Amino acid sequence: MHIDVRYYAMLKERRGMDTERVEVPGGTTARALYALLFPEPRVPVQAAVGHAVVSLDTELNDGDEVVFLPPVGGG
Amino acid sequence: MFSLTPEPIDVDAVRAAVSSPRHGAILVFEGVGRDGPADQRVVHLAYEAYEELAVPVMRAIAAEAEERFGAMVAMVHRTGVVGIGEASLVIAVGTPHRGECYEASRYAIEQVKARLPVWKKEMRSDGSEWKANAPAGEPPGR
Repeated sequence: MHIDVRYYAMLKERRGMDTERVEVPGGTTARALYALLFPEPRVPVQAAVGHAVVSLDTELNDGDEVVFLPPVGGG
Repeated sequence: MFSLTPEPIDVDAVRAAVSSPRHGAILVFEGVGRDGPADQRVVHLAYEAYEELAVPVMRAIAAEAEERFGAMVAMVHRTGVVGIGEASLVIAVGTPHRGECYEASRYAIEQVKARLPVWKKEMRSDGSEWKANAPAGEPPGR
């Protein structure tokens, strides 16, 4: 299945792009996708699917857009 | 009013969004770009926001402040380059009385610091660094 991934901040710099489409096996979780895309050391993240924060253990579906949220710095 | 903007924030407009004949108290909080120590002077800050989630999070924080404190909340966050001394965030809170106004204002800024999907990069004379917020109650990093 394909997943569209969007990056911000240090993740965007580390990955060298804003967005990308990746192919992963069915049943892949947000946590597994993050580990696949970012080797250690990893910053702690949250994941959003469909513009809502979800558990990292959420199994992704074909065509999902996933956004990984590193620790925030707003204000 | 809940928005992100690359332009300087119109503080009066944010305040006006919580103005009401029922409100005997209004507080306007500004988060402001801050310089570092002499060996780490900050040239400017650069903010990135996940807009499709940030605006709903702003609305959720405002709804919580209304439920807890009976407060009306408006907020605007900057994106892009913010200079030292410029407001990166403005939160206006209106309530009938002063006590809950202070509580709601503090609640809103602490929730923004913890939850709003916005990221800050310090552009310093000695380099640049993404700076995450310290959890509430812990001393901030430099």
